[in-house]
Amino acid sequence: MIGINKVHEAGVASIVQSRKRRKPMSDTAFLLTITITLFVAIYVLAIIFLGDKGFNKIQMFFNLFNENAALIIIACGLSVVMITGSIDISVGGSTALICTSCIVCLNKYNFNFYTALLLALAIGLIFGAVQGFMVAYLDMQPFIVTLAGMFLGRGLVALIEVNQIQVSNPGFEKLSGSRIMIPFIGDYNKKGVFIQSKLEYGVVVALIIVCLMYWLLKKTKLGRSFYAVGGNAQSALMLGINVKRTRFLAHLLCGLLAGIGGFIYLFHTRSGSVQQATGLEMDAIAASIIGGTLLTGGVGNIFGTLFGVLASGSVLLVVTAIGSQDPWWPQITRAALLCFFIVLQSIICSRKKKA
Amino acid sequence: MKKTNGEPDTNRLKVFLKAVVRHRLFIPIAFLIFLILINAFINVEFLKIELIRDSSGNPVLKGNLINILNNATELVILSIGMTLVTACSRGQDISVGATVAIVGGVVMRILCGNETQPTELHAPVILAFLLGCLAGMLCGAFNGILVAKFNIQPMVATLILFTAGRSIGSMVMGGLKPKAVSSFGYYGNFIPGFPVPTPILITIAIIAITCLALKKTNIGLYTKAVGINDKASSLNGLNPARIKFISFVILGLCVGIAGFVQSSRVQTVNPYTIVPSIEMDVILAVALGGNSLGGGKFNMTGSIIGAYTIQTLTSMLTTLNVNTNAVPVFKAVIILVLVTIQTPIVKSFFSRKNTLARLVAGEAKEGKA
Repeated sequence: MIGINKVHEAGVASIVQSRKRRKPMSDTAFLLTITITLFVAIYVLAIIFLGDKGFNKIQMFFNLFNENAALIIIACGLSVVMITGSIDISVGGSTALICTSCIVCLNKYNFNFYTALLLALAIGLIFGAVQGFMVAYLDMQPFIVTLAGMFLGRGLVALIEVNQIQVSNPGFEKLSGSRIMIPFIGDYNKKGVFIQSKLEYGVVVALIIVCLMYWLLKKTKLGRSFYAVGGNAQSALMLGINVKRTRFLAHLLCGLLAGIGGFIYLFHTRSGSVQQATGLEMDAIAASIIGGTLLTGGVGNIFGTLFGVLASGSVLLVVTAIGSQDPWWPQITRAALLCFFIVLQSIICSRKKKA
Repeated sequence: MKKTNGEPDTNRLKVFLKAVVRHRLFIPIAFLIFLILINAFINVEFLKIELIRDSSGNPVLKGNLINILNNATELVILSIGMTLVTACSRGQDISVGATVAIVGGVVMRILCGNETQPTELHAPVILAFLLGCLAGMLCGAFNGILVAKFNIQPMVATLILFTAGRSIGSMVMGGLKPKAVSSFGYYGNFIPGFPVPTPILITIAIIAITCLALKKTNIGLYTKAVGINDKASSLNGLNPARIKFISFVILGLCVGIAGFVQSSRVQTVNPYTIVPSIEMDVILAVALGGNSLGGGKFNMTGSIIGAYTIQTLTSMLTTLNVNTNAVPVFKAVIILVLVTIQTPIVKSFFSRKNTLARLVAGEAKEGKA
């Protein structure tokens, strides 16, 4: 019933005919182009029309990265899971758990930067491994398993510490307060003094991870098998791919990235609470979708995810800059953007089916 | 069943027990009874229901069981709709909480207008109820169009309203937080002179209507057919897109009723905190009721019992003074245990270990055939 010829274009087929030239433009490339165009268009229009609100400053552009570094990393992890045809909605919960438990350890048990990082990675990996085992080997539904993970993460935060807490560890604070000064790039303030642009360390980590993930997904056997399993698990099995192991590894990778992302989040906010990072998972899923990852699996691009985060981030900046006093517009605009991309994806998919 | 003794009869008892354990409703009912027993053990007066007079002299029923039945109203109503959506669209609607916020906003706006402390209702309650239901159904229709016409996975399609819903609710209310007069509270609390809480009556009515609809119309059959195989059902003359759409609109109607009851409880609505993460509870109730979250056959009784089970669990944890934010930990553990038990791999693992059980199960199958 399911033959190789029916396999998803970007899935197994791309392994079989790896180096052949494609047709003019694939769906992924098309969606990626739209996302990048949208991001550039929004930003350029903002510079032209809202320049006086701070958009003509280069620091604004860097702030876009500073604010969204953790989201970029977490969204990369979610893209991998979504490409494999699964989902992980526990990342917000595990981020909150990482923040609170790291802060408690930093404040009370004299953890330093490295041990806190290890703790964050361990929490992320445990979440990823347990959920991955349940999804891949016990054949449970990813949505319900990671829903439980989300409950568990947030609930454990409340068991550890009910109130909002701040980092009070001098070493960590000094490190997280430091910025990278970019040479020769910067803005003149009102007095005409040149101020160098600042970038947080988290952004560098995020960009390195984006490049690493791109390499992993495009150039390695494991990355190709993620696409294959997401495109059509049955055919992937016939090609000799260990489907269960691939699914497990996807969740493990997502957990690892959630660990790193959670730590960067802590690095940026330096505080922890039960309500922290609420809806982060949905933001990450939305960014992946805007970037062209299909939730059905098999299609996706890490650079798309990066630009998805940037596009939705810049939309938020623009809406805030327009200066409407009503607090509801950012979310509604975000949802409208999401709606546009979801419908667009669906139209592209249905056109491909007909062709 | 009568107690049996003697060799052949024990075997029959085993078969009977096996059949009970294998019944679809076994896990939710057993779990509910287990929870109630624990509650009764912790608190001896748990099962006590008494008729007292409230501050204004009206007779009211009071007791933990009544509270659970009362508070579970929204959950039960929503899980009825969610069961249909899950069955035919093979996915879940995660926007119900946000849509409840929209409905609450609409109801409040109509009843209170632009005032924050109105001395009277600005419109008849029935109008607010109908428009609230309409708002819910419109949201359902929006989700339904995305799912049915554009073939988008339900979770993704409803992600849009999930993101925007609470903000839209706040927008509808114009950023105000009005409090309606207490006569609006009849629908979420008590009608003066009648001791049973109104939400319980509403729940009973909704359950009765659902039973009638499932018995007398083909909606249940069609939903199952579309959920099991939508290609096959369209070959049989059904229109899968329309049935998916209708199921989302029905869920929207359920959201409308639930939102109305919820906003009537305290006569005020905060769109950002109303029914927090109820969508997760509803999905959990559906899963607990023995329904596959992958669609297909469904069991409405299971979902309803599941909803009551979740509410019992929540109120039990509240009486044990567990922090509200820590309640999800217990829910998570329970979800994981229940879902793990239900997976085929674990089931076959246990039956392989116990050859006798497999033998008995085989006999039970033969007996059925």
